[in-house]
Amino acid sequence: MKKAIALISGGLDSMLAAKVVQEQGVHVEGLNFYTGFCVEGHTHAIREKRRAKPRRNNALWVAEQLGIKLHIIDVSAEYKDIVINPRYGYGQNLNPCLDCKIFMVNKALTWGLGDRGFDFVLTGEVIGQRPKSQRKQTMPLIARESGADDLLLRPLCAKNLAPTRPEREGWVDRDALYGFHGRNRKPQMALAESFGFSDYAQPAGGCCFLTDAQYASKLQDLWDARGARDYELDDVMLLKVGRHIRPASHYKLIVGREEGENQYLEGYRKRFLHLRTTAFPGPLALIDGAPGRRDVTLAARILARYSRGRTAPRVDVSAHHVNGVVEMLNVEPLPPTELPASWHV
Amino acid sequence: MYDPKETRPAQVSRDRLDVRGLLCPLPVIRTQDRVATLATGALLDILATDPGVLQDIPAWCRVHGHALIATERDGACIRITIEVCET
Repeated sequence: MKKAIALISGGLDSMLAAKVVQEQGVHVEGLNFYTGFCVEGHTHAIREKRRAKPRRNNALWVAEQLGIKLHIIDVSAEYKDIVINPRYGYGQNLNPCLDCKIFMVNKALTWGLGDRGFDFVLTGEVIGQRPKSQRKQTMPLIARESGADDLLLRPLCAKNLAPTRPEREGWVDRDALYGFHGRNRKPQMALAESFGFSDYAQPAGGCCFLTDAQYASKLQDLWDARGARDYELDDVMLLKVGRHIRPASHYKLIVGREEGENQYLEGYRKRFLHLRTTAFPGPLALIDGAPGRRDVTLAARILARYSRGRTAPRVDVSAHHVNGVVEMLNVEPLPPTELPASWHV
Repeated sequence: MYDPKETRPAQVSRDRLDVRGLLCPLPVIRTQDRVATLATGALLDILATDPGVLQDIPAWCRVHGHALIATERDGACIRITIEVCET
């Protein structure tokens, strides 16, 4: 029996692609990559207001529906180079979609072929589905640059592409593959229905924070402030959380927006100068950078503005320095008119 | 129905994996990587704080054919015990 490794994002297309090949008697296992920018999981865990929704990892859920194994690989360290130096540039925001796809197909290839004994790689790509990475011209480029060449099968749009080795050698029947193209989702939905899939994650590029304009703006701000296009995993995690307010280039505040975010920020408090309101309930604020004394006072005023004491004349704020020193401040909450929109990253 | 507790040998290895503070899918990835180093029949206690593990680790066990032995919550801390099965 031939074996295929399927890139499983948790969305509909990769689910269908794996199913189509599985239906042809091929043994399929799934591969899912953790880049650090995945919307999956983190957002659900951090944001309190979303906790009413059922929490599930869609890639695992897809694997369960298909009855296949799913291997989740942490590529966050290697992925940094893709984000910082994309050979083929960015999409609309800081999303290096084409480089990302090449990277992932290559990882799947090196992971699956060889000792693990897989014969080819399959993806849920559809020509014309994504403006940056899923175009007629980029399909052969991804196959070539990833090193997969004709061992990369796209079951949903295979009929619009040259036959791959799995098709030529009869490992799969090309006639039973598809020729989907464009952004119309109806063919996928009809195919899903024919397989009896009624519940699936909504697709459309929502799996990566780098496609999000607000997130990309925060990442760009981080690079600008540090004077270098670099990041640690904790940086990209913190960009997903809270209000980011930068009064000056040398420091910014990260202010929790609700309980879930405050709890998440608590995990980082020992590594940052952080502020709390002491007499009024309020969020936790981390300060990233190197603020001076006046900056800390301004940060305390900003924090007070987001506390229940926002209308009080003065608010007590404790400033906890990383060396363990706790400084007490009594500040006037910053009026909204004195908080320029440009400070919000 | 297969009950892993009934067939478990008297002497089994028991490991602990602390993934407190990590958000899913990292606890699942760490679990997957640790399980890959364990023998069939070994028990693994996973300590976590992200409530997402309550869904994701059982799902991962189902997908890979490992057995979920117990799930406990103590305040913010979650302990999940799994048994490594032949897959």
